[in-house]
Amino acid sequence: MADGTDISRRHFVQVSAAAGGLMLSFSVAGKARADGTTAPVLNAYVTIAPDNVVTLVAKNPEIGQGIKTSLPMIIAEELDVDWAQVRIQQADSKPAVYGLQFAGGSMATPMNWDQLRKVGATARALIVAAAAANWKVPASECTTASGVVYHKASKRSATYGSLAAQAATLPAPDPKSIVLKDPKAYKIIGKSKPQVDTAAIVRGKPLFGIDVVVPGMLYATFEKAPVFGAGVASADLDAALAVKGVRKAFLVGGGPELNGLLPGVAVVADSWWQARQGRNKLNIKWQDHPTAQQSSSGFAAQADALSKGAPLRTERQDGDVAAGFTGATSTVEAAYAYPFIAHAPLEPQNCTAHFHDGKMEIWAPTQYPDAGRQLVAKTLGLKPADITIHMTRCGGGFGRRLANDYMVEAAWIAKETGAPVKLLWTREDDLRHDFYRPAGWHYLKGAVAKSGKISAWHDHFVTLGTAGKPASSAGMATTEFPARFVENFKYDLSVIECGIPTGPLRAPGSNALAFVVQSFIDELAHSAGIDPVTFRLNLLGDQVFVGTAGKDGYDGHRMKGVLELVAAKSGWGKTKLGPRQGMGVAFHFSHLGYFAEVVQAHVSEAGDVTVEKVWVAADVGRQIINPTGALNQVQGAVIDGLSAALGQKISIEGGAVVERNFNTYPLLRMKSAPMVEVHWNITDNAPTGLGEPALPPVLPALCNAIFAATGKRLRSLPISKDQLKV
Amino acid sequence: MTYSLNVDGKVRQADVEPGTPLLWALRDSLGILGPKFGCGIGSCGACTVHIDGVPVRSCATPVEKVGAGKVTTIEAIGDTAIGKKVQAAWTELDVAQCGYCQPGQIMSATALLTKTPKPTDADIDTAMSGNICRCATYTRIRAAIKLASGQKSGV
Repeated sequence: MADGTDISRRHFVQVSAAAGGLMLSFSVAGKARADGTTAPVLNAYVTIAPDNVVTLVAKNPEIGQGIKTSLPMIIAEELDVDWAQVRIQQADSKPAVYGLQFAGGSMATPMNWDQLRKVGATARALIVAAAAANWKVPASECTTASGVVYHKASKRSATYGSLAAQAATLPAPDPKSIVLKDPKAYKIIGKSKPQVDTAAIVRGKPLFGIDVVVPGMLYATFEKAPVFGAGVASADLDAALAVKGVRKAFLVGGGPELNGLLPGVAVVADSWWQARQGRNKLNIKWQDHPTAQQSSSGFAAQADALSKGAPLRTERQDGDVAAGFTGATSTVEAAYAYPFIAHAPLEPQNCTAHFHDGKMEIWAPTQYPDAGRQLVAKTLGLKPADITIHMTRCGGGFGRRLANDYMVEAAWIAKETGAPVKLLWTREDDLRHDFYRPAGWHYLKGAVAKSGKISAWHDHFVTLGTAGKPASSAGMATTEFPARFVENFKYDLSVIECGIPTGPLRAPGSNALAFVVQSFIDELAHSAGIDPVTFRLNLLGDQVFVGTAGKDGYDGHRMKGVLELVAAKSGWGKTKLGPRQGMGVAFHFSHLGYFAEVVQAHVSEAGDVTVEKVWVAADVGRQIINPTGALNQVQGAVIDGLSAALGQKISIEGGAVVERNFNTYPLLRMKSAPMVEVHWNITDNAPTGLGEPALPPVLPALCNAIFAATGKRLRSLPISKDQLKV
Repeated sequence: MTYSLNVDGKVRQADVEPGTPLLWALRDSLGILGPKFGCGIGSCGACTVHIDGVPVRSCATPVEKVGAGKVTTIEAIGDTAIGKKVQAAWTELDVAQCGYCQPGQIMSATALLTKTPKPTDADIDTAMSGNICRCATYTRIRAAIKLASGQKSGV
């Protein structure tokens, strides 16, 4: 948790002049430190106008996860107002005011659930205190509902709007005196609310980064080397400048950091299409770069060679793996592999920047605006305080916009141009300059004992990285399941040198590891002739909880709960299936969520896979904040996972990406989208996030269903028709 | 070159070079930002507009091919009875996640319902598979089309 998000610090309120009169701004300030600096503060979430319209600030970036709706719902609930009287204002990036603002790790709900309830409840307490003072009655005799304070005994009432200015002058209540609502009384939390931007979305209103218009704005395109990090040898800038509308064409020196400003050529024009025409004339020659020696096939060959020797190091060793194989009733040895994949958010990377009066103003679709600010400050030699970042709605994120490479490019080009500039990438730029989900290879050996439990598990994981260290999102925790659930367990690691940029993609790590682990568990189940659900229940066993809560904890009991629920809801073991039709099961814990999923699929003799239906059982704690949004996230994540399993692959040749656009990087479309039935297993645990954890289990559940349908075990992704032809 | 384009019921002058895709004439020249850019090769459908009621990919339609055709974008589709119903269904079911593809989805769905008032699942598959939803809201898109057409939805 970042400094300053602790609501127990000193509180204050402030009054600000705003349209229509005084409004209450409720603030939670950081404590002044002994050295005279002030700790970061959470600030100004609530303003209440005299007409009782309540404006709530949405602090985090909206990328389609619905956070612009669900976080303000939490405040509104405790403030005790009607959702209909609430307006939402998207915050700018102001970490000193709002604390950490980012969209990643499905963390917004767990990080803000307690804080924002207290923000709402504290604001309500101030309003009640103002009413009580006016009426000269104890605050405890006042009640609230729908933005109105009541004193029943004297039959008096007053709207929040009529009390707000006065409330703003009162001292903040003691945090210990703030009482949160009993969840049974919730009127907003737990009730489906459409996204606050829905009406604008369906009318095509300008909401996204790409829609930003600044007076006098020019349009830019930026070309970087296909080989990651290669410099510019030469470019025909004059030819670009000769194209109508092109104002500037210039080299950008950049640096060696793959997540920073890379070398390239910028073209700036009166319109984006003109900039692109100029770019087409550049005839850029690129310098040689060592990454040009790298390729997907080369990585695979190195992985295969490494698997035959001793690993770089052993990451975890429990019990005696060799002993686990002795006396086993069945053993399996298998090699699994998965490719690089791209994020491909539908809104291509873009950013608008304007450098004026020594300061940088930025409009960006970004998942992590302050990281962008720091990058721009460092690269351009500006003070972070001189960089303003307006967060726009993001046309998808999936982890891609945690990197702010396009932001620093826009800032650099705008400063160089001396005018506001909107930089927009092409789809080809996007697919060739991502921070990819890294490829990986797992060489597995496992054994099943007479008891029906796994008696040995050995994974030699070959991953990508540098100097023996896994690259971003290329690692595997030593506690990754089934560690701690198998007595004799060994995890070896080897690392291949890699110059391809990698990074977090929706459910990072898990989106690949679940495929490997849950497929191999399935292999072991079938090798022992045990039903895959029964086998998994045996594996989870009686361990209620392993590890440390809040760190590496894993609640086996919660996982059993969702596994049993999904088996029941899907008719597991009771459904009559036709030829080449099968059901597969898998579970996975990630981002604090417990998910078990069943896929029913059919495979034609030609090898075409039809996903007929998916059942999901989910445990994200005691409270679903916005049920309609939650269901949408789960259904979307499941289909996203199927899309990755069925078609997504980024290939590296000569240090560059081969795929160019959606014709060679297929995303799942309507005709292939199955029904996804979702069941919540409500348990008495803190509410957790939903952007990611539904995705990982669907990939192995699909592969396991295909095995059930065809007897063919898929050990590499994406699934290819050729593997499944009769 | 100046092209006279009939867009959303008004004749407007777009000053662009021949070969400029309609999408960029709309967005950068005319300031009509509803149609979105997703791929530039007519593969994702985010840029879908209607020309004389037929859905086309504006990112792959050169401006000079539009001629006197009547262009309708997401910004005016709500003025048609079917477009209005489709937008209402999208709102009622809260279809969107990020929302970026939805203008294109709504344009394709409106064209489908104009031609086929009671589409089957197969009709929906055919008409809508040119539009990618990266957030994969397909379940709700299908349900919203059914809702707008007065059919029972499976969701």
